[in-house]
Parts: sequence; structure tokens; C-alpha cells
Amino acid sequence: MNIALLLEMAAEAAPDRVALVCDGKRWTYGDLLAAARGTFELIEQSGAQYIALLDESSEAAIIALFGAALAGVPYCPLNYRLADEDLAGLLERIAPALVIGDEERVTRIAGDQGHTVYARELFTLTAQECWPSAEEREYDPGEGVAVQLFTSGTTAAPKAAILRHSNLLGYIFGTVEFAAADDADAALVVVPPYHIAGISALMSSIYSLRRIVMLPSFSPDGWLKLVDEERITNAFVVPTMLGRIIDAMDKNAGRDVSSLRAIAYGGGKMPLEVIQKALERFPQAGFTNAYGLTETSSTIALLGPEDHRAALASDDPAVRARLTSLGQAIPTVEIQIRDEEGRALPPGEAGEIFVRGEQVSGEYKEKSALDSEGWFPTRDAGYMDEDGYIFLSGRADDVIVRGGENLSPGEIEDVLLEHPAIADACAAAVPSVEWGEAVGVAVVVRDGNAQPSETEVKEMIRARLRSSRVPDKVVFVQELPYNEMGKLLRREVKKLLTA
Amino acid sequence: MKPGIRLKSAACDTEVMVIRCGDGTVECGGAPMVEAKPAEAAPLSPDFSGGSLMGKRYVDANDKFELLCVKPGKGSLAVDGVALVTKDAKPLPASD
Repeated sequence: MNIALLLEMAAEAAPDRVALVCDGKRWTYGDLLAAARGTFELIEQSGAQYIALLDESSEAAIIALFGAALAGVPYCPLNYRLADEDLAGLLERIAPALVIGDEERVTRIAGDQGHTVYARELFTLTAQECWPSAEEREYDPGEGVAVQLFTSGTTAAPKAAILRHSNLLGYIFGTVEFAAADDADAALVVVPPYHIAGISALMSSIYSLRRIVMLPSFSPDGWLKLVDEERITNAFVVPTMLGRIIDAMDKNAGRDVSSLRAIAYGGGKMPLEVIQKALERFPQAGFTNAYGLTETSSTIALLGPEDHRAALASDDPAVRARLTSLGQAIPTVEIQIRDEEGRALPPGEAGEIFVRGEQVSGEYKEKSALDSEGWFPTRDAGYMDEDGYIFLSGRADDVIVRGGENLSPGEIEDVLLEHPAIADACAAAVPSVEWGEAVGVAVVVRDGNAQPSETEVKEMIRARLRSSRVPDKVVFVQELPYNEMGKLLRREVKKLLTA
Repeated sequence: MKPGIRLKSAACDTEVMVIRCGDGTVECGGAPMVEAKPAEAAPLSPDFSGGSLMGKRYVDANDKFELLCVKPGKGSLAVDGVALVTKDAKPLPASD
């Protein structure tokens, strides 16, 4: 079965309803389907094996996603922020491709790789103009790969994660009711197109007939303006965006955000301070923390609006702590915490997070990472409480192994962040002659506060956690390195600590 | 028959996409569903005239068959004479 069915059904049920608003232009479901069918023709003519998008979010992301599906070639959005050399390497792995976006750049860095390149405007125009009647065409049955995403490659060369039509449809059919959105519903999409959350947002919105409003390049003021003018009801943000939106609201209260009913966040750790402020600033909105990975077709665990309210209102420290959890597994997947030997662990014990379900691909172009029973090792470390709430302690690779004891950076950071003068903190392994690895921490001092002493930082950890967690090394930095999705680059912090 | 195939009702406008299937005959409006619509419509059985709903998934009691209605009609869906029931998605609180 083919993911193009999602758009076909939307266009069948509501051809003239507005599906997308981008840069002031409105597209109906019928418009988008026609252009996706035109894209099929362009792919046939070009002989491309992939369709790549090297661009910010726009109508081209939807048209290319579904056009690729109809033609049976993988859709491969690329990160335009990559350096030329890295990008050329990725383009070479998908040649020959139909590439949409920065024509000048592709020609310059990958001109000899056999790609067919279209600037965005030319692509959408051409795709709209060349569609024959659907009856004359035999579209792909959808038994293969729908989307290929290169992982960010923070530890090694980027891996090509593949999502089959069956994975993506498993996620959508399991979690979205067709045409369930009200006429007035509108989702603000600000995640870049090469991120899995950006792709699943398009598919969920289209299948539920919820209007998509795109903000191609994030700014807090641009976001607030669109929420106000387009009466946005649903939005997904990464934690750093939410922090900046709240700061902008503090400076200028002129925008009406009362239409927002649901704000989801994910993609990085949400500071407790930010989410607490957000709950005050958007009292009418339900907040959802969504946890997922590229290899799992997006969300696998959720902390829903009720959980947020219950945690805020509770006197029970265990329930309050849930505000910093990933929530519980969604009903259509299973999640387990396992130790290094692969044994399932009881509640409260930390290990690696494993997941299984129809939406879980766990597959790379080179090989599948699933075990014989279909479980995918996420490489995320964490534990589950008695009620199945999952707490993330970091990437399995980020665990600090001190003299055989596994230490979670998150546990140490949570304590540091309670210090009033500490705005941000990261714990990472530093080499130790005695222990193999020991704890190092990088600390950002809050504006207008005096820098706490190294001894004070160490004593704070000693008072709250076991002595093995006390840092050997403390450095003070202006800011911590994050990528554009708000992910803390721990590899870079390690460099800071060992410099 | 295999997953991904599109079946049409011989008795009404209903069309379904097969998500899962086992042994048995898929019917709509009391008549077997087909890949190509017959020139002459089959009569709509009054016992199977509850109608199908666009976008709903239909399953049998044994969970062998799952059909997605991609075009609604007046007939209702069945396998070997036993009516199918709808299966609801478990909507997430707008996570994406």
C-alpha cells in the first residue's frame, strides 16, 4: 500500500478544501494531488532513482513526498545546512536523483553526478502543468521504501535510515482518524523538511484534513504572527523554539494566541523552567511531549496534556517528576528497557530503550538493526517508573562509565540546573587514569549572577548524589553547543572538557 | 488477493484498500467485491445495506481481514457472509 493514498483520500473527500498555506499562497488537496501526479511524470522522464529536496519547507515538500511515492522512488530530504563536502557525499549516494532546491549549489558541488536539478518555483510550476489523467497511469503499489533520511551522523558517517510505506501507514492508520479535523483546525509546521517530525506532521495533517500552515524559517515573531493571523490550533516546536517564543511574548504582548489548543514538543530535552512558564503563558493549550526517532516513523511515547496538569498539581514528588519524562508508550507500540545482555529490566532500573511495532522500521540501507523478534535498540538510555512513564537519561553512547559503574549525565545535569545561578549544564565523560572515565561538567552561568565556585558545584553534586558522580573537572562556558533542532552536541562538549 | 489491492463493490459505490487478508471472500452489499467493476450492478442485499464510511477501517472477529474504505457506498462490508466491524484509530493528543 502506498502513502500517496493519504493525499488521494483527502483529495477525494475534500478536493477544494485548503490543505496548505505557505508564503501567503493557498493550496487545496486537489492542487497538491495534481502536482504530485505531475511529479510522477517528471521522475519518469528524468530516470531519477530518488527525489531529493534541498530546501526549506514549502509546498514542494508535500508535492515531492507524494510524487516520489506514486513513482516508487524514495523521497530524500537533505539538510541544507551541511557543509558542501558532506552534502556532495550524500548526493553521490542517491545519484541519479531529481533534486529540488538550490540549483546553483548542486551544480557547483555535484555537477558531475548525473542529477536532474530544479529550482523550487520551476519544479512546482512544471509539476502542476504536466499531469495526464490518473486513469492512464499505473502508479507504484507501495511495497518498497517511501522515505530515506540520512541520520545526523554525530558519531560516524551518516546512515541512510529507510522508512517503508508500511511503516509510515502503520503509524498514520494507528494514530490518526481520517477527516477528523474541524474546518477551522490549522497546524503550524516549523520543523525542517529533512526531520522525521516534519514528514509525519505533513502526513497526519493531510489524513485528518487539518490545514497545514508552514513557517519555512523559524523566528519567534514570525511564529507568533502566523498563530495570530491564521488562527493556529495545533503546533509542534522544539524546546529551544518554545523558550524563544516565551521570551518574545514577554517583550511584546501584542499577539493573540488564544486559538492554540495543542502544543507538542520534542526533539530535545525540555528544561523544567521553560515548560512551567509555557503552561502559564498558554493556559488554554494542552501540552504534549512527543518522543520518537527517525527509525520509528516519529512518535513512540507521549506525555499528554492530562499528565502535564496532573504533574503540575501534584504534591507527590514521583508524579511531579513526570513533567520531565517522555510519558508512556503509545498504544500501537511496545517499549522495554533492557540491560547490556538484552534482558528486560524491572521498573526503576536504567538500561537501553527498545521498541517494537508496525511503525518501527529500524532499517538502514546497509542493514536492519532489528533483532530476531522485531525489537529496535534506540541507543537511548533510560528507565521506566511503576506506571510505565519513561525517563530519558541520554544516549546510550553518552553514559559515563566510571570504574565499571554506569553514570547518567541527565541525573547530574538535573541537580546542577536547580542552582539559581546555573542557566545550563552538560555532563560528559573525561578521561581518568584511575577510573577509565570520570565526570566532567560544563556550566553556563545565568546572566547577572556571580559564577559559583568549582567547590560549590562539586559539593552540590556530593550532597545530592553518590560520590562517584562528583565531577573531576568543572568548566564555565558562555553557552553550550546545540544544533538547529535544539539537540545538545555532547561530542563538542567533550572536546571543551578535554581541551 | 493480497494487501495493497483495491476492491470495488459490485452492488454500490464502495471501494476498499486491502490492508490485511486471509482465506475468504470479501463482500459488499451482499455480493463479492471485484477488482474491475461489472457492467451491470449486482442487487444490494437488504441485510448488507448499512453503508460503508470513508476512511474507516473494517475488521473481522478473527483479526485476519482489515479493509480501509477509500470510497463510501450504500452496501456494508462482510467476509463470507459475516459482517465486518469498524476499528478506530487511537488518536494521539496532536503530537505532530
